[in-house]
Amino acid sequence: MGLCGAMNIYLPIAEVSVNAFVLLGLGGLVGVLSGMFGVGGGFLMTPLLFFIGIPPAVAVATEANQIVASSFSGVLAHVKRRNVDFKMGGVLLIGGLIGAAVGVLVFNYLKSLGQVDLLVKLCYVIFLGVVGGLMFIESLRALRKSKRISASKFRKKRTWIHALPLKMRFRVSGLYISAIPPVLVGIVVGILAAIMGVGGGFVMVPAMIYLLGMPTKVVVGTSLFQIIFVTAFTTMLHATTNYTVDMVLAVLLLVGGVIGAQFGTIIGAKLKAEQLRILLALMVLMVCAKLAFDLIVQPSELFSLGTVGGH
Amino acid sequence: MRLFYAYVLTAMISLVGPAVSQDIVLGLSKQEIGITAFFDGSEILIFGAVKHQSEASSEGDLDVVVTIASPRSPVTVRRKEKRLGIWVNVDALEVDLAPSFYAVATTRPFDEVVSQASDLWHQISVRQLIRAVSVPVAVENPEEFTEALVRVRENDGLYQTLSGAVILQDQTLFSTSVSLPSNLVEGAYTARIFLMNDGDVVSEYQASIDVRKVGMERWLYNLAHERPVVYGLLSLAIAIFAGWAAAAAFRAVRG
Repeated sequence: MGLCGAMNIYLPIAEVSVNAFVLLGLGGLVGVLSGMFGVGGGFLMTPLLFFIGIPPAVAVATEANQIVASSFSGVLAHVKRRNVDFKMGGVLLIGGLIGAAVGVLVFNYLKSLGQVDLLVKLCYVIFLGVVGGLMFIESLRALRKSKRISASKFRKKRTWIHALPLKMRFRVSGLYISAIPPVLVGIVVGILAAIMGVGGGFVMVPAMIYLLGMPTKVVVGTSLFQIIFVTAFTTMLHATTNYTVDMVLAVLLLVGGVIGAQFGTIIGAKLKAEQLRILLALMVLMVCAKLAFDLIVQPSELFSLGTVGGH
Repeated sequence: MRLFYAYVLTAMISLVGPAVSQDIVLGLSKQEIGITAFFDGSEILIFGAVKHQSEASSEGDLDVVVTIASPRSPVTVRRKEKRLGIWVNVDALEVDLAPSFYAVATTRPFDEVVSQASDLWHQISVRQLIRAVSVPVAVENPEEFTEALVRVRENDGLYQTLSGAVILQDQTLFSTSVSLPSNLVEGAYTARIFLMNDGDVVSEYQASIDVRKVGMERWLYNLAHERPVVYGLLSLAIAIFAGWAAAAAFRAVRG
């Protein structure tokens, strides 16, 4: 007992006992990565929580709560540098809240069918695969050629997006576009946030740059700004409908994450942008491959247990 | 410690009531288990004595079986099959009531101590316990599912068969200890003690052990279920505060 006894914490909602240092370490590890790459890290943390035996429903709901903290921490720095387009954030948010509500409904419906694990894992495999693949190809190309290709190339193009009605002016982003694409992007990210327990930064950031044509400078801050509200809303929905937010788990992850993020920022500042993106892409693809492997290879136990109702 | 137990035993033996040919006097090391934030499993010591009414009766050797069961709850057992190249849950059986924890401790191997008839009647083994309550639904062979339930929980250490774990001295004093895992659910756990002779149950005794979350665990769990809005808002407040504190500390460090 002694030391071992003191390290284990019984999580009141997940109803499992987990080593506190493992959680702090996981939080710290993901915090380092999120500090390095400017992503929330939810897409890594949620599968890691599955691996250590946290029930998936609790992992997804609690991770949403943790992202509120890391995004809030991150957005404060961006507000100071005036890198947040509040108007664009608001429009994305309208879509985000609709998406989150739809996502929780889909999540609960599939939970009653016993397919929620499959859905969450499939979402992960598809999105991690697509985003990781695209990022990998793009950064390889950037490494080979000179660094002249950037978002600006995409921005000047007039696409179908400019033909849509309901145009609005977004001063901070320097854009005059229809409100429909941002709302749609918001909805998609909101659904993902609710189902996958992620902030959706790894989908939101590329969508803002390549689809909406926002300047890279304001993308991260604006994405973080609206992610705070979407994940806060998701947290409340999970807390009131599923009772699956585990406060003790969230706090342990937070503490580790916050400390890790500081080291991550320092490491990130020493690497080149293309190297960073290639590393991130490789990491995303590795998580994707592991999850895909588990779906394809015959599991050693074909039967699984679940509780009826409750959580 | 020994002396203490001996004292308790004599005290209890003298209190034992009406005449049956053999009776059990039972003691538990704990009647309550509190799940605290640092809960890391618990060990329960079960001890007692067999009270022989008539010394003359020509009985065979006695055996003792001790079971500990958690409260029962419904469980869904799902089976995976390969569809379109990936492993998907295809069908499920709902077992109406299954304990999440069950331990059987015996003086000798289970099959030698308990006859099939007694097992059927008293539901001593976990398989019988589950079989007795599960109603087969529209699944091809429900037995495969209940068997899987037992197998999965045995592998997780939640269902235990402890052969020879009960020590019986002079056909009178018995004791055993069962370690409960750290992922216990709450509720009233039941300890049953069977006195066996030639595969048949001679005497049976029951006691209950209360397992409850206490302190912060209790408070958080109640809050989450009874006032979910307050709980959710509190979680968010903590997250926002932590986020702010981190940013503030970071600024302070950077100067």
